[in-house]
Amino acid sequence: METTVFLTSAVVILSGSLGVIFSKNPVHSALFMVQTLFGAAVLFVLLEATFLAAIQVIVYAGAIVILFVFVITLLGVDRAEDLRVEPISGQRPLAVVLGASIFGIILTVLIVAVGGPTGVQEANTPIGDAGNNTRLLGETLFSKQVFSVELTALLLTVAVIGAVVLSTRPQKPLIKTSEESQNHNFEEEIEEGKE
Amino acid sequence: MMIIAADPLLSSEIGFSVIAIMLLKVVIAFALLMVSVMLVIWFERKIVADMHNRVGPSLAGPWGILQTLADGIKLFFKEDLLPERADRIVFRLAPYLSLVPAFLSFAIVPIGGDFTNGGDGTVSIFGHRTLLQVADPPVGILLFLALSSIAVYGVMLAGWSSGSKYPLLGSVRASAQMISYEAALGLSMATVFLSSGTLSTSGIVAGQATWNWNLVATGVIPFVIFVIAGTAELNRPPFDLVEAEQELVGGFHTEYSSIRFALFFLAEFMNMITMSAIAVTLFLGGPNGPILIKQISWVWPILWFFLKVMAFLFTFVWLRATLPRLRYDQLMDLGWKLLIPASLGWFLLIAALNIGEDRGWSTFLVVPIGLLVLSFVALLLNGAIKKAKDSNLNAADLSEISEGSDQ
Repeated sequence: METTVFLTSAVVILSGSLGVIFSKNPVHSALFMVQTLFGAAVLFVLLEATFLAAIQVIVYAGAIVILFVFVITLLGVDRAEDLRVEPISGQRPLAVVLGASIFGIILTVLIVAVGGPTGVQEANTPIGDAGNNTRLLGETLFSKQVFSVELTALLLTVAVIGAVVLSTRPQKPLIKTSEESQNHNFEEEIEEGKE
Repeated sequence: MMIIAADPLLSSEIGFSVIAIMLLKVVIAFALLMVSVMLVIWFERKIVADMHNRVGPSLAGPWGILQTLADGIKLFFKEDLLPERADRIVFRLAPYLSLVPAFLSFAIVPIGGDFTNGGDGTVSIFGHRTLLQVADPPVGILLFLALSSIAVYGVMLAGWSSGSKYPLLGSVRASAQMISYEAALGLSMATVFLSSGTLSTSGIVAGQATWNWNLVATGVIPFVIFVIAGTAELNRPPFDLVEAEQELVGGFHTEYSSIRFALFFLAEFMNMITMSAIAVTLFLGGPNGPILIKQISWVWPILWFFLKVMAFLFTFVWLRATLPRLRYDQLMDLGWKLLIPASLGWFLLIAALNIGEDRGWSTFLVVPIGLLVLSFVALLLNGAIKKAKDSNLNAADLSEISEGSDQ
C-alpha cells in the first residue's frame, strides 16, 4: 500500500516538474507546479504529517502559485515564448553547469552523509499521533525554534513594508522620464497650478 | 492507516462491510448534494421572485420545483462552443477545478449524530459505529481551506483560457477577491480552533455540545466576519463583482456554454451549500440541538442541521435580493482594513484569555486590559489609514493640477 502510494506520487511529482521545465506557456508551467505540490502533499500524508500536507496546499498551491498565475496573466506574458532568443549570452551553458552541480551536491549528501541526510537513521518513525501534528509542530516552533520564527516574522514585515513603499505613488516624480522632460517641467507646472 | 483515524469505523479491521458503508456514505453524500443543489436553485429563484413581487418558476412540476432539472436538460443538449483563441486543455479543465473542490469540501461536514451528554456523534450502521460524515481527517477544516483555495484556480483559469477580454478581467477580479477574503476567513476560523482545541470537524462540534455552542468566544466577531468573508468567497451578492453584468458581460464564464457552463453554475450553488454547512459546523453547533422524542433520537440531529443550513441559505438569498453590489475599492477596503484586523484582534483577545486561564490570571483583568490594548491598536491603524488616504488625495490633487494645466 505505502509503496504504491509512494510510486504514484513520485510519478506525479516527476512528471509535474518535467512539465514545469518543458512547457512553453508560463501558465501551463504554473499548473504543472501545482501538480508537483500536490504530489508532495500526498507524500506528507504518507509520512503522517497531515498538517504539513494541508499547509502545503493552502500556502503554496492556494496562495503562492495563484499569485504567479495572477502576475503572468496580468503582465500579458502568457504566450508561448520563442526559445531561440537567449537574453543573456552564455546563460544556457551556465544553467546546465549549475543544475548539474546542484544535482551532484544533493547526490553526494545522500550517499556520503553518515546516517542519512537528516542524521536520523529512520526518517519514517512516527512523530506521534497523526492528530497531534499541529500541537507538536506548534510546540517546536514556539520553544526550540522561536528565534528563527521571530526572524522570519521580521523578514516578512520588512517585505510587506517594502512592497507598500514601492507601490505608493511618489508625490514628486523621483526620476524624470524622458517623455516628461521633453514635454514640460513637472515642478514648475505645479507652481503654476497653485497660482 | 492512521490518516482517517478519528472515525471509529476505520479503526477496526477493514473488511467488506466497512468498505460497503464507506461507499454508501459517498453515494449518499453525492446524491444529497446533487438533489439539494437542484432544490436550492429553485428555492433561490422562488424566494427572490417573492421579494420582487413576481411569481418565479411555476410551470415545470408542482410550484415549478423541476425548473432546475428542465434547465439542466436544456443546457445539456445545447451546442458546446470552444472559442477560437481559447487554450483548449485549460478551457476544458477549468470547470472541473471549480466543481470537484465544491463536492469534496462537503465530505468533512458532520450532518447528524448525537454529540450531547458526552456522546461522540457516532451512529450504528449494520453493527458498525461510524460518524455521519464521509471523512474525518485530523486536519479537518484545513481541508476545506485547501479546497477553497483550489477553487480559485477554476475561476482564474476559466477566465484566462477563454482568450477573451471580459472573462480575463472577471477572473482577475475574482482571484484577487477570493485570495483577500480567504485570509479573513481563515483568521475567523482560527478563533474556533482556539476555543475548541482541535481541527477535526467532529471534534469542533463535540466541543460545542454545551447549551451555548461557545457563542461567547466565537459567536460575535468571528461569526460575523466568517459570514461576510464567506459571502465574498462565494462571489455572491453583494460581492459579485466577478460577474458584474454592466461591466463584464458575464464575468469569467462569459465564453462558456452548454454543459461546461452548467458545471460552473452547479459549483457555485454547491459552494453555497457547503459554506452554509461549514458555518453551521464551526459556529452554530452543527447537528447539536434538543432531542424531543426519544424513540427516533437519530432523526433530531439531522433535522436541526438541516434547519440551520436552511437559515443560512435563506440569508444568502435575502442578501442577494436586498443589497446593491459593492464598488471594487470598497470591497478591498472592507476585506483588508476592517475584517482582517478585526479577526486578528479578536483572535489575540481569545488567546490572551486562554493563557490567562492557564496561568490563573483574573478574567476581569485580562478582558479590559486586552480590550484597551486592542482599541489603542485600532486607533493607530485608523490614523495610519487616514494619513494614507490624505496623502493619496494630495497626490491625486497634484496630478489633477498638472493635467489641468496641460490643456
